[in-house]
Amino acid sequence: MNQGTVFYLIQLFLALILAPLLPGIINRVKARFAGRQGKPLLQTYYDLARLLRKGEVIGRTATWTFSAGPGVALAATLCALALLPLGGAPSPLGFGGDFLLAAYLLGMGRFALILAALDTGSSFEGMGASREAAFSALAEPVLFLVFLMLTSLSLDLVRHTGQSAELVAALSLSAMFGGQATEAWLAGRAELLLAPAVFFVLLLVENCRIPVDDPNTHLELTMIHEVMVLDHSGPNLAMIVYGAALKLWFFAALTAGLLTPPLPLWQQAGLCLLIILALAAAVGVVESVMARLRLTRIPHLLGGAAALASLALILTQVR
Amino acid sequence: MFSFDYRQPADMDSLPLLDAAELRRRVIRAVDGGWRMLAFFGLPETARPGAPAGLCCVLAHDATRTLAALRTPPLEQFPSLTPDCPQAHYFEREMYEQWGLEPVGHPWLKPVRRAPDAEGDGESAAYPFYRADGDEVHEVAVGPVHAGIIEPGHFRFQCYGENVLHLEIALGYQHRGLEAMLAAASAYGPAQTTARRLLLLECAAGDSSVAHATAHCVLWERLTGQDVPERAWLLRRVGLELERLANHCGDLGAIAGDTGFLPTSSWNGRIRGDFLNMTASVCGNRFGRGLLRYGGTAHDLCPEECEDLTTRLRAAGRDARGAVDIMLDAASVRDRLNGTGALNRADARALGLVGVAARACGLPLDARFHAPVSDLPGTEPCLEQSGDVLARALVRSREMDDSLALVEADLSRLAARTGARTAATPPAPPSRLPARKLAVAQVEGWRGEICHLAVTDAEGELLACKIVDPSFHNWPGLALAMRNGQISDFPLCNKSFNLSYCGHDL
Repeated sequence: MNQGTVFYLIQLFLALILAPLLPGIINRVKARFAGRQGKPLLQTYYDLARLLRKGEVIGRTATWTFSAGPGVALAATLCALALLPLGGAPSPLGFGGDFLLAAYLLGMGRFALILAALDTGSSFEGMGASREAAFSALAEPVLFLVFLMLTSLSLDLVRHTGQSAELVAALSLSAMFGGQATEAWLAGRAELLLAPAVFFVLLLVENCRIPVDDPNTHLELTMIHEVMVLDHSGPNLAMIVYGAALKLWFFAALTAGLLTPPLPLWQQAGLCLLIILALAAAVGVVESVMARLRLTRIPHLLGGAAALASLALILTQVR
Repeated sequence: MFSFDYRQPADMDSLPLLDAAELRRRVIRAVDGGWRMLAFFGLPETARPGAPAGLCCVLAHDATRTLAALRTPPLEQFPSLTPDCPQAHYFEREMYEQWGLEPVGHPWLKPVRRAPDAEGDGESAAYPFYRADGDEVHEVAVGPVHAGIIEPGHFRFQCYGENVLHLEIALGYQHRGLEAMLAAASAYGPAQTTARRLLLLECAAGDSSVAHATAHCVLWERLTGQDVPERAWLLRRVGLELERLANHCGDLGAIAGDTGFLPTSSWNGRIRGDFLNMTASVCGNRFGRGLLRYGGTAHDLCPEECEDLTTRLRAAGRDARGAVDIMLDAASVRDRLNGTGALNRADARALGLVGVAARACGLPLDARFHAPVSDLPGTEPCLEQSGDVLARALVRSREMDDSLALVEADLSRLAARTGARTAATPPAPPSRLPARKLAVAQVEGWRGEICHLAVTDAEGELLACKIVDPSFHNWPGLALAMRNGQISDFPLCNKSFNLSYCGHDL
């Protein structure tokens, strides 16, 4: 095993360990804004430990689809995370075009949860599933628009250096999020800064945060993601909670990958980690200062993100 | 039509007996002419259980501060008023359930208070829920057990995708026979009767304890002609307005919470507690129980207490103003509230809505203004026109300012008149009521106009005692506000009405 792989494994391990810290940070920031003490920073860890020790209750109408959902979703998220460059180290599993696999692994995880929700036969969960499917269908083109822009940039950079043998490798997540993009915007390509902004919006949408969904509400009729997982309990719920934390880390790492310049390994990794934690705090601030959008307005938010992504794409092509 | 001043009890013998068709004609004509239905109920011949009952309808004309009463001899069936007068809808269903009088031609005749059976069979199978048919129409049932710590109620939505075609609300899970218990209180002897009735009414709707207790005391005082000293009126109003402040503050926080706007949600939860604690300083109970007595109040305030309360009131008022302003100034909150759950003025009037919900539609209905219980200087109704959640929030926000000013003025008047502690010794309640009288008390609780009504028989015994909580008028308004709305807007819309389940169920 070479040094790069070892370093990557350390980073992956860090991500797996620290992911449940992100919801804790968000909750702390929200509590401070509201003038409350807030729950402990490590609450998600305590919840996971508690849920793993609990038994499970399964509805009479549910089949194996229901029980399989959380496992599939967690596995898919883990696989997607393993394709990402973490802390500046390229993923050993990366290959040209792996961003497609990563995006659809997340899609598969969502699909498994939607099936599990529909399997319960509850009208609430059916509504939640339909909302989740509708909004993720709108979020997907936005994600691919940004990927399109990043691949074209990455190809440009490779052509520029004249190493045509690496053209295929330029289409991997590791090439797109390894720090080259940051170098480019630091060199004056300001339009590239639109990409992290769009990723931040996607982070809010995909992780069901305010202004799209309210993770704290108890009102079944307004929920999107939370209502889909109402019937899960015990270890399966733990998998969902942990999977959600990993997904948050995934999107935060994507955003951070576009904001950290290539530095010596440990410095880049440290900076990346700091940005990820700062993003969690930023989510907390967003949740504290604004109300939720009504459901019919969410497509407008995603449309705005798509417009930003298109603008960035056009500007990169014009150069 | 037989009309009388709202403060005076009416003489039952001077009320002509009409036949049902004539009553229907007169009520519909009056409602078209700007009168409003206060209560429509079955009036038994004698206090004996199972006595045959006739109809009795009490109407109010707010501009002239006049009431009118109409009644019929005992009957079993009558032509339904609802098709021409939607205000009668719930009253007629209640009449059918409570007295067995059948409104013939009622469009949706089913009990209002009998809780549906869990499986939908048994007796309630005869009263199915309204259904919209179609391949893509789906039904969503919520409750009676909810995800929050709230009262039980069942909501049945007919949805087309996210759009609500129809909402039917089934209540009655909290029905405990309050009106029967009020009547039965006389079995405890004359000394105990009034005290027991007051206790019962203080928990008619626990968040409106002072308002219901005030309505009951006013009703009895009007029936017996008892005068109440000004100091007692000041204390009663301090209790009423503190109740309004606490609940409006809590409601605005709950609306903020439902939009996901955390700061106001958290702060208002705390500030509501401050107002409740002030009520506790006045009478020893955070919800104002035990404050009122027949003919006066059970507690009084010395100047030092008034000063202390004023200081706390100013601080809490400042905090509340700040918290609410942050919410109402946030563009995302206004966008969320604007246009959500909108009711138009004509529908609000036709359904007979009262209180905050009616004022948000531009109807100038505020019993403090059109039926003041005392001669103290009062307020003007706070009106908004748009009828949506934002309007209901704005009405609450402005009423908080009014209430703060009222309480502060009342406290300074109380502090200025030391020595005259007349309120501390309320008179003994009368052992006998005057015979054959009908009295009405309208009190503006924080949710809306509370109406209590009593009719006595020839022996001075209670013949009928009717409690109409504002929730009884307003639940149909919530169902209508949801029509063609988004099902995801329901919790927010529900919070903006914030109706009482137990006040409706009695």
